[in-house]
Amino acid sequence: MNTIWALARVVVLEMVRRKDFYVLFILTVLLTATAGSVNLFNDRSIVRYLKEICLLLIWASSLVIAITCTARQIPAERESRTIFPLLAKPVTRGQFLLGKFLGCWLATALALGMFYVFFGLVSATREQHWPLLNYLQAAWLHWMMLGIVIAFTLLGSIVFAAPSSNGTISFVCAAGMLLLGRHLNKVALSLAEPLQSVLYAAYFALPHLELFDTRDLIIHNWDLIPWGMIALATLYAAAYAAFFLFIAWLVFRRRPLN
Amino acid sequence: METTLSIEDLRVEYRSRDLGETTKVAVKGLNLRVGQGEVFGFLGPNGAGKTSTMNVLLGFVPPTSGTARIFGVDVREPIARQRIGYLPEQTYYYKFLTAEELLRFYAGIFQIPKAETEQRIDAVLKLVELDHARKRQIKTYSKGMQQRAGLAQALINNPDLLILDEPTSGLDPIGRMKVREIIQRLKGEGKTVFFSSHELGEVETVCDRVAILHQGELKTAGRVTDLLKEHSANLEQIFLKLIGYAPRS
Repeated sequence: MNTIWALARVVVLEMVRRKDFYVLFILTVLLTATAGSVNLFNDRSIVRYLKEICLLLIWASSLVIAITCTARQIPAERESRTIFPLLAKPVTRGQFLLGKFLGCWLATALALGMFYVFFGLVSATREQHWPLLNYLQAAWLHWMMLGIVIAFTLLGSIVFAAPSSNGTISFVCAAGMLLLGRHLNKVALSLAEPLQSVLYAAYFALPHLELFDTRDLIIHNWDLIPWGMIALATLYAAAYAAFFLFIAWLVFRRRPLN
Repeated sequence: METTLSIEDLRVEYRSRDLGETTKVAVKGLNLRVGQGEVFGFLGPNGAGKTSTMNVLLGFVPPTSGTARIFGVDVREPIARQRIGYLPEQTYYYKFLTAEELLRFYAGIFQIPKAETEQRIDAVLKLVELDHARKRQIKTYSKGMQQRAGLAQALINNPDLLILDEPTSGLDPIGRMKVREIIQRLKGEGKTVFFSSHELGEVETVCDRVAILHQGELKTAGRVTDLLKEHSANLEQIFLKLIGYAPRS
């Protein structure tokens, strides 16, 4: 476990010392502040739009941070050749992958923490209340969803050599699953066989990232999600992340490094 | 003398990307033994199979056939790498880390206790003369300093065997001299050093024994002094003769 922590720590340090995260955070703050300064017809419900905009920016930024951070890990190790002295030490390829996964996941947790604190401040200044548990649930589910995204991006970084192509493919897949995942079964109904079965299979096989999207719940101040559901969603994310990491390990474990 | 590294009938093949060619043989039936405390030079022109052999020793590439052992342990086992230090050719270490952080990271991988880690960091940074720059990010280092940081990471676990892939490649004469001094100091401490180099003058000065590889085959292996006596020539001339290079007169 020490080896995995050591690897993860370097990934977190990299994110902290790079400018990408700060740029996205400042952009989110500026866009939210600009949206918040607009006063349309003295409408009190404008705060909902403000929360919606802020959360949308947080979701987009978190995906960008998670995917770009993960997509460059293994190609950068290969390009700078640091993978050689690293794997020349008593590190298994499985530990290497787990370290990278954990590092990227913890780095996004740090980023999410800052984003949600900012979101909390924005909504508290407008609504004068702090539904802390709701925010905690939203942030937790968001983080779990990013765990799946990070795992499949890591798998992509072994399959595709260029971080840019892997990043683009991963982003399209994640955005596609978030936006279209819930509609795949309905689309399948309108298709002829064998496409219908293929799409149905995809509907049941692909991870439903949209299940982790609880933005509406906190925009409209709904009640807490039952904790049992949160636990189930956590297990669902863990199962998919483990599946993608297992495939990544299968591909990577025998791959010659030269 | 105790054997540190042994290679038996090693064959390494790669699938070739060239049309009509199925496999490329990088190493053909290599047999080699390196004893404890030796400085061993692994020589050969580009494409001779040196890096492929090193890749097998480090577990990067599985051998097609044959075996390689380090301290008696099959190199396919990660534990075989517990007592080795490796310096690859021209590596650009994590530029956002300082030398101190880089070494702490590698020490963490070897699970060296904290107090010992700090002692080891102090010792290796002094040895490679980077003590003054230990808190600077690696991106501010010159090429020579980066190479010495690489040497420091290879030494952090106080290894008994050092595998160095062209350690002086791309360094200026002062940088080369410093690396050579470090190798000699390590030899004085009883470490085994296995290194590849194209600097034959340097190899002649530093190495106890050498092996010359050409097109994947071992051409010769022996003590440097014995080879020089046997061929009545310097190492460069012996090397050129063995690889079949005929200079134009």
